Amino acid sequence: MPAKGTVSVQSAPAPGFRIELPQGFGFGATPVLAPLSLEVAAGRITALLGASGSGKSTLLRLAAGLISGGTVQASDGQALRGRVAWMAQQDLLVPWRDALGNVMLGMHLRGERPDAARARTLLAEVGLAEADAAKSPAQLSGGMRQRVALARTLMEDRPVVLMDEPFSAVDAPTRHRLQELAARLLAGRTVLLVTHDPLEALRLADRIFVLTGSPAAPVALGVPAGAPPRPARDPALLAAQAELLERLAAA
Amino acid sequence: MMRGLLAAAGLVALWQGFVWLTEVPPFLLPSPGRVAQALAARWDSIAGHALVTGIEMLAGLALGALLGAAMALTLTAWRGGRRWLLPLLLVSQAIPVFAIAPLLTLWFGFGMASKVAMATLIIFFPVATAFYDGLRRTEPGWIDLAQTMGASGAATLWRLRVPAALPALASGLRVAAAVAPIGAVVGEWVGASAGLGYLMLHANGRSQTDVMFAALFVLALMALALWFTVDRLLRRAIPWQPDSLLSGRDP
Repeated sequence: MPAKGTVSVQSAPAPGFRIELPQGFGFGATPVLAPLSLEVAAGRITALLGASGSGKSTLLRLAAGLISGGTVQASDGQALRGRVAWMAQQDLLVPWRDALGNVMLGMHLRGERPDAARARTLLAEVGLAEADAAKSPAQLSGGMRQRVALARTLMEDRPVVLMDEPFSAVDAPTRHRLQELAARLLAGRTVLLVTHDPLEALRLADRIFVLTGSPAAPVALGVPAGAPPRPARDPALLAAQAELLERLAAA
Repeated sequence: MMRGLLAAAGLVALWQGFVWLTEVPPFLLPSPGRVAQALAARWDSIAGHALVTGIEMLAGLALGALLGAAMALTLTAWRGGRRWLLPLLLVSQAIPVFAIAPLLTLWFGFGMASKVAMATLIIFFPVATAFYDGLRRTEPGWIDLAQTMGASGAATLWRLRVPAALPALASGLRVAAAVAPIGAVVGEWVGASAGLGYLMLHANGRSQTDVMFAALFVLALMALALWFTVDRLLRRAIPWQPDSLLSGRDP
């Protein structure tokens, strides 16, 4: 489904990428990830599930270039560095800039000319009122802050988006709304979504991997039929959620 | 504010009562009335000395804050210099100011310069350590975000870590404002021809205890005024600092 409006649609076609860990990965003497190769499909949402400590965030940080070890190859042969936007569990809004200023943080940090018009359009697209643009993060609710963080991620206009449990800090109804918003606005981009919420993965993802074993390796799972965001009341999806939950609990 | 005035009034009443009851000789403890008389009678001279001490305090505060902030930034930005500068920072605090006061007077003379140097020295440490601490404790998520946004090291320092450390710098400046009078007065005790510290020493030598108390009273007022002014200015300049947020929410 193409995104509504023109602002959030990225300019370049999104490449896929592959994370390769020929030696696995560990912290000190403790191995966390087994030797693995993970393919993230171009222009799709790939969800990565796993228990706490299974190394899913580590894998995401490797993809983002925040930690070294292993290789990350984009499918178009160019470097992935500089084509990645990052969205974390915490909103990471800086308290000294208002919502609008936070959306434009990347431009500010790179010393580029801030594009306030685009930032305002994006804030409207994630569902914030015009008056909210001038509010400080402390004046916004948790759900609104996460919306601003989503707008900041889209403002970067990168073909690849890496998300680390982006909606886990908000309440369930807000999470539900944010998932629909994200699925709509991120359409066409290559997304790697780390989550511990089976429902989130089943609603949003085109592909699902579960990190299993110790040291962990990704195992591919099937996804329910239909394009994301899938409705939460779909019986097939709910059955898959129960199965996935049991699988995660057993691991 | 009201409570502070009441407490002060209570203290004065206690003092007056003590003088009445014990009939202590005025050269040991003058009554509040005598001190007020001395203050009125010697106002011109006391005001002149207060001006000297005030300038020393303000100049020391400005210079100490500037040098302290510069030291913190250097320690943060210059990895190689850290192991050389950190001991220097500690030494600057390990040597008691009283011990080097005669030396500073010898080097900088009996005028204002030696007192400003003393105040600078005493203010430098709290500002440098508080700001350096703040700079070291930037939220790691912000650093990750800046890195994926392609921010340079300099931009990350100036546009992310420095604003993030401003509340810490503010606490350092509050401590600095509280200790600034100590630096100035210690300097005046060791050797001076003007200032409230000099006046107190001079009055003490002639058993003019009431004048000494009057000078002390003015010094305390100046210290309080300095602290409240600095606190006010900092709150206005850094409205997002956590404590002002809390006090804003409290009923």
